[in-house]
Amino acid sequence: MSAAQVDHTDLKKPGKLVEMEASQDNVLLSIQDLQVWFELRRFGFSHAGYVHAVDGVSFDLHDGEAIAVVGESGCGKSTLMKTILALYRPTRGKVIFEGRNISEMRREDLRAYRAKVGYIQQDPYGAMAPFMTIEQVLEEPLLINTHASRRERMERIEQVLTEVKLTPVGEVLPKFPHMLSGGQQQRVIIARAMMLNPKLIVADEPVSMLDASVRVEILKLLRGLQESHHLAVIYVTHDLSTVRYFSRRIFVMYAGNVVEKALTQDLLLRPGHPYTEALLAGTSDPDANNAKTYKEIPPGEPPSLITPPAGCRFHPRCPYMIKDLCDVEVPPEFKLESEHLAACWLHRER
Amino acid sequence: MGTDQPLLRIEDLVLHFKTTRGRVRAVDGVNFDLNFNEAVVVLGESGCGKTSLARAILRLLPRNVQEYSGRVFLNGKDVMVYKDEEFRRSVRWQQMSFVPQAAMNSLNPVLKVGEQVAEPLMIHRGISRDEAMQQARRMFQLVGVPEGFLQRYAFELSGGMRQRTAIAMALVTTPELIILDEPTSALDVLTQANIFNVLKRIKENMETSYILITHDIATSSELADKVAVMYAGQIVEVSDAQSFFHMPLHPYSQKLLSSVPRLRGDQEPDFIVGQPPSLLAPPTGCRFKARCPFRFEQCDQEPPTFVKEGRLVKCWLHAGTRSEG
Repeated sequence: MSAAQVDHTDLKKPGKLVEMEASQDNVLLSIQDLQVWFELRRFGFSHAGYVHAVDGVSFDLHDGEAIAVVGESGCGKSTLMKTILALYRPTRGKVIFEGRNISEMRREDLRAYRAKVGYIQQDPYGAMAPFMTIEQVLEEPLLINTHASRRERMERIEQVLTEVKLTPVGEVLPKFPHMLSGGQQQRVIIARAMMLNPKLIVADEPVSMLDASVRVEILKLLRGLQESHHLAVIYVTHDLSTVRYFSRRIFVMYAGNVVEKALTQDLLLRPGHPYTEALLAGTSDPDANNAKTYKEIPPGEPPSLITPPAGCRFHPRCPYMIKDLCDVEVPPEFKLESEHLAACWLHRER
Repeated sequence: MGTDQPLLRIEDLVLHFKTTRGRVRAVDGVNFDLNFNEAVVVLGESGCGKTSLARAILRLLPRNVQEYSGRVFLNGKDVMVYKDEEFRRSVRWQQMSFVPQAAMNSLNPVLKVGEQVAEPLMIHRGISRDEAMQQARRMFQLVGVPEGFLQRYAFELSGGMRQRTAIAMALVTTPELIILDEPTSALDVLTQANIFNVLKRIKENMETSYILITHDIATSSELADKVAVMYAGQIVEVSDAQSFFHMPLHPYSQKLLSSVPRLRGDQEPDFIVGQPPSLLAPPTGCRFKARCPFRFEQCDQEPPTFVKEGRLVKCWLHAGTRSEG
């Protein structure tokens, strides 16, 4: 039925857990005290408050580094990504790419910036115009951003499709998106993001819409591209069990804040924030004994981002809440180890 | 409980759809048993016929049915011979209820959620509105939705709360069997874990049985007593959960289990090469043979279901053990 068979030979080699060196010298992307608020209006004009979608996020991303941003829906992770993609303007703070603040860029510069940043959407089918063939989908970024001739464009398309292992290229190109399987569609989206040789890829839940059996395949493909092209990747997800195969560092977001930053192994073995602990406890591995026990999950739900709680935003749900501290003062980031920071008062004695 | 007779027995259930491109064999000869107060998980990739199986059991059929046959015994009675109206009155929501996929979006936007939860009682049991609301209130407590939410509309609730409401709706008539179709796939990790806690508590307190339909293998282990693996319209393995998660028998089950990324342990996940076959024209013989690493000549013939240590497996590798039917 599907003529476009996928070539798997390269992906079959035994993998390893991610151990990457960070090139500390080369900061590609720097987020500095970023706040993105959306204004709420009553009856369309009078001011009714703000949604604090991203509220004071800072981090550096190095050249060729893969990081994961983990958090539940509504924690602001997609807003953060869209701000990095220059789709939203920061309310305060800066997004600095290769030393330049993107909110101060002019139109042409912004276009050049966007060519350096690839975006992999969550829903591959929704991310493609249904009336465009795969060829048109992939050719478009080249038409807009380059002066390549038709022959050069087709060469590039063939090259990238081979890289994402969607071959034979000739059979894929005339198809429409709905004629491909979910995994193949996501490969097209990855190919489109790679088309202009980006330096940074933002992947927003790239595998959450796919079947379990295909997920790992796509993640391995992404990791392969990341390594071979020395790409910086921000992998946004709510699923902690996939991040360890992919990223060097993990940032955990809760209610608009990054509450913990750590190397992947450190975070999984020694979570520093009670929220991270809860996320780890809530993630199941396939094990028949799970059915015999109840999970210890903090009660309640994430707070409203319109009127976030004072102090630590997790304090109303936190089992370790310290009265008159957690509910009053915002916890600073405490350093637990090198590259392991947690914004939690439990670490104040250290 | 205490009887030998299973709560639900499905024999050779078939549900084929008519399409312009031909007959879609969504459910193609499914057999399994479910005991009292037991949870069976039906695992499979999308498009393997899991949801159609749920609909076939509940007789919630679309219009383009080409063939619908087989036998479904509930408490020993063949409910397939019931007329539609009789089935609706005495089986659906009386003895079996359903939490459909994306149930949280299936709530009526213009009715208060409390009334929606009470509605099945008024319709199926004919009890008064006040009594039904009382019962709805108890169900809300059970699934962990604050009582005050009875008076709210669906849009005022978060996704997790709406999902709980849908579960409360399935519970309110205290059926013996609840069929859950991907009950947590759209929810966050913590909400998901919470819902599974609720389902476990209900199973313990109300002695409910479940059929849980999902593609999420990791979380399915939170509820499973028994696992049925579905591939291309057929059940290829039925095992108790202990043995299944420890050592699945069918090559497809093995591949499926090893494709799960794990949080704990150092096992590198694998993936299954190729795609599931089309249900329009499934291959002859074993339907998994094209993707199977252990394929041999015999696989061109359809394997019967073999019984091995109380587990069922539809694969020639396990021939030599007793075959059933």
